[in-house]
Amino acid sequence: MLLVVMEHDRGSMDEAAREALTFGRGLAAQMGAPLHAALIGTDDAQMAGEAGAYGAEAVYTVVDDVLADFSPEAWGEAAAQLIRRLSPAAVLAGGSERGNEIMAQIAARLDLPLVANCIEVQPDNGAGEWTMTRQQWGGSLLEDARLESKLPLVTSGLHTLAAQPAQPAVDPTAEPVEVDLDPSLARTMVKDRVVLEAGVTLSTAPVVIGGGRGVGSPEAFAPLEELAAMLGGRVGCSRAVTNNGWRPHSDQVGQTGTRITPEIYIASGISGAIQHWVGAKASKHILAINIDPEANMVVKADWAVIADLHEVIPAITEEIKRRRA
Amino acid sequence: MRILCCVKRVAAPGAKINVTADGLAVDATHLGFATSPHEECGVEEAVQLTERHGGEVTVLTLGPPEAADQLRYAASVGAHHGVLVATDGSAWDPQRTAAALTEAIRGLEAADGPFDLLVFGNESADSGGFQVGVRVAYALGRPIVNGIKGIEVDSETDGGVVRARREIDGGFEVYELPMPAAVGVKEGLNLPRYPTMRGRLASKKLEVAEVASGAESGGQSLVRLHRPREAVTETVVLGKGPEAAPAVVDVLEELGVL
Repeated sequence: MLLVVMEHDRGSMDEAAREALTFGRGLAAQMGAPLHAALIGTDDAQMAGEAGAYGAEAVYTVVDDVLADFSPEAWGEAAAQLIRRLSPAAVLAGGSERGNEIMAQIAARLDLPLVANCIEVQPDNGAGEWTMTRQQWGGSLLEDARLESKLPLVTSGLHTLAAQPAQPAVDPTAEPVEVDLDPSLARTMVKDRVVLEAGVTLSTAPVVIGGGRGVGSPEAFAPLEELAAMLGGRVGCSRAVTNNGWRPHSDQVGQTGTRITPEIYIASGISGAIQHWVGAKASKHILAINIDPEANMVVKADWAVIADLHEVIPAITEEIKRRRA
Repeated sequence: MRILCCVKRVAAPGAKINVTADGLAVDATHLGFATSPHEECGVEEAVQLTERHGGEVTVLTLGPPEAADQLRYAASVGAHHGVLVATDGSAWDPQRTAAALTEAIRGLEAADGPFDLLVFGNESADSGGFQVGVRVAYALGRPIVNGIKGIEVDSETDGGVVRARREIDGGFEVYELPMPAAVGVKEGLNLPRYPTMRGRLASKKLEVAEVASGAESGGQSLVRLHRPREAVTETVVLGKGPEAAPAVVDVLEELGVL
């Protein structure tokens, strides 16, 4: 059996979990094994049902006081105990920040290797070895790796495949599992949450207006803000911009920032260095505005305007106003 | 406070990474090297914490002898001690790296007492295994949370706690870890300072302590590195000035985002 550890936040399923179930369905088929799922900290029937929609035949739920909110140590220990109990043939999670963290906790506790951010996995060929292709440098370089382990632990690279429900959906059996968790594991539980802004965020926005060094100053982002607000989107930026202190780091798109997945990314004044590109490449469409027709961002974009963003962005805003009037 | 920062020497971010002909390593011929970005912020944070609370920062790295450059850089921005676990330059798998760092930290703590805080990068910029800090903290029995972009030390409460912020969509989570603790930090924690002339002089005087490791390979091994196939995009140029605006808005309309 292939076990997928599903990522969620207080019972709300993360896209990384849907991606992991999709990835896991293919892998389980290759292994000739059934797909099962684990829910740590919730027995929410809707989430269990969603696991079934993505092909999981059984869903194991673990509920305990020290799992009431996210706690990497407690979640890792609960999952490790579940894995010892169930003896799956392999364990998979989505390669999000939390997914990789939980799997690292599991790997440390079981003293097993963990191969993070795989885009392709070839299960055991009979020689006791798995082979996989995984991401290095945020996906701008790939590594073919070999894994010798009695229990392969793997995460799937975030946004490297699109989540696809199973055809047909499965009605999974739900199985509560008891674990024995020391109350001291609550030491890494979330103590408090602070919401700074409601609504769309950089990682969920349908439109992202990106600004790079070419924007020139913190104040010059105002027209980008106006256009983003008009489209229900968000402003993102490059690493050069946050290094200059023009925007907060939470606006950074890239390997060390946010991976965005908008319907369209309008990248203005951004050259498209590799570190930025890996955060932008999961965008469904890209439009680049740049004075340099050879810029990496322009070459990789679906559409481009070869001009000064300071003239083009306000003109787009005006055109939208005109059509909406 | 006694703080330990683990750092990794990586190719300077932003460069195009090429692979050697045998596919076993990154081609370093035309590359500069730097401290992995998350960890550069980790060193800055550790230095700031000791400026506020007193104490010393020890920086630990595992890598080829040249990784001493990254220890010297850390010293030039305020770190006090540097320790190198020297390898032959080959890529060590995450289990082996974690075992070697654990061994080195145990040795340092046996000699000079426990560290109050261990600071790791959330993941290295190059191999990105997302696990070394967690493995080391678990082996040493320290609480660890990853994704940290804000740290406050409160030495008054219950023998000392680390209040750590983790960025989430639209806000942040707060964790309160009892010390001694560990954190996996991310870029954005702070804006690292540049070395001063005095810092550069201090870094030249840094005595890099070398420790050997007997850690054995784990279960993951490198077969080859290669560059991903990039889809070739036919870029449609919509115009060369503000007069392209109607064509841009047509695209937005077509995509249904208007």
